[in-house]
Amino acid sequence: MFSGRVAVVTGGTRGIGAAITESLAQAGAHVAAGYHKGKETAESIRERLKGVGGSVSCHQGRVDDFQDCKRVIDEVIAQFGRVDYLVNNAGITIDKTLRKMSAEDWQNVISVNLSGAFNMTKAVLEHMIERGAGRIVNISSVIGETGNIGQANYSASKAGLLGFTKSIALELANKGITANVVAPGFIATEMVASIPEAALAKVVEKIPQRRLGKPEEVARVVKFLLEDESGYITGAVYTVNGGLDM
Amino acid sequence: MTVSAPLTRAAWQHPLDGRVAIVTGGSRGIGAAISRLLAADGAAVAILGVAEDRERTDRLRASLDGVAQRVQFYEANVADHAQCESAVARVIAEHRRIDVLVNNAGITKDRTVLKMSVEEWNDVIAVDLSGPFFMIRAVLPHMVERSYGRIVNISSVVARTGNFGQANYTAAKAGLIGLTKTVALEAARAGITVNAVAPGFTMTEMVAAMPPAAVEAARRRTPEHRLAEPEEIARVVRFLVDEQSAFVTGATFDVNGGMFM
Repeated sequence: MFSGRVAVVTGGTRGIGAAITESLAQAGAHVAAGYHKGKETAESIRERLKGVGGSVSCHQGRVDDFQDCKRVIDEVIAQFGRVDYLVNNAGITIDKTLRKMSAEDWQNVISVNLSGAFNMTKAVLEHMIERGAGRIVNISSVIGETGNIGQANYSASKAGLLGFTKSIALELANKGITANVVAPGFIATEMVASIPEAALAKVVEKIPQRRLGKPEEVARVVKFLLEDESGYITGAVYTVNGGLDM
Repeated sequence: MTVSAPLTRAAWQHPLDGRVAIVTGGSRGIGAAISRLLAADGAAVAILGVAEDRERTDRLRASLDGVAQRVQFYEANVADHAQCESAVARVIAEHRRIDVLVNNAGITKDRTVLKMSVEEWNDVIAVDLSGPFFMIRAVLPHMVERSYGRIVNISSVVARTGNFGQANYTAAKAGLIGLTKTVALEAARAGITVNAVAPGFTMTEMVAAMPPAAVEAARRRTPEHRLAEPEEIARVVRFLVDEQSAFVTGATFDVNGGMFM
């Protein structure tokens, strides 16, 4: 389905990002999976996905540094000829109540989660416009809509992605490029596993389906939005949360 | 006879083989594209419609290569709760199960509020909002018993934006989003997902009936500067009724070419 296509997935070697990388590679794409730390994890996913249909390359970099984003995009275009899809998935949490949250805690999360999406989009945009085709998917979070105690920085960054996505969707609507958001609820990943057990039990209690989502359940929504036939979907927010956002 | 929900399928089978879907208003417009896609993927499709939809269903069947036998017509006016119940009972009697309900039937009676009669208001609310409620009420006990169900309500972009001359239609379509979220909550632990799809202006008879100037204005208002094809909406419905879309519930999936304002 995606054979001959090239996808860039930031944070594409772990958690939801790894599931996205896997699902796109299985559909035949070449996936350039970005990572910041964890070279071994990155290489292991590349090894694991050999022979699934498409292929995977790993690219170390920092999404909070525009020059680094530019370097990685140039690298991908040089090596694989094109970028059809950009999935801005990289994200971090530094959870603290506002009283204890330092300006640095705020800045770091905004820089990676929100400015990272800007940097990557900006780095790839001219290329997509030139080709008159492209799909951008930004991974937000249910927390962007509901807020969450201890996550002022994270929720602001994820809500910010909604506005960013809608604006670029409007700017790119007549250029063959769509931009959408996928907003997952609580998904069984390392990030969620770092939540203390008692707190996690409380979270699950709040999810109407009483379970965490699986990374694959998010990845399939991302893949759906990337398909050629999804061209009329732009500026949209597709939630995958077991009913939580209410 | 009790049928357990997860079907086991051989790899060569279609992904919806063995599933039974009801599509209200499934004989034309977006509904016909939905019926066509679900049937192509293996589902048995029960099209619910009023008397004149029987012939439209025949024409749809005639255009379905090799899968026409999967599509059947059941007469019912969704604005009448007794007719909904009896149609659902007939589908269950003949197919033994209902896995999917797509509330797609809708009508418009456009007029500015100053000129809109109480009857015009009530008629649109009855079909577009009460209809989905009656249908959900009719299928839900069966889905709960089988611990499986996929319900999709077709809302509209105008639920969010409003639209000149459509007080009744926009209220019904916005109401449908509230209905979707509430039933999603109530059914979340029963293996049933409930979602809405909100199309933008789509190339159907309903839009063709609008004055040409209004269609042109809609096209210009759409950031992508084009109307949707019915198939572009149908594939989102198809995605949501998939067994694997289990974690998506209470959501509204927009398909509108960027038209949010």
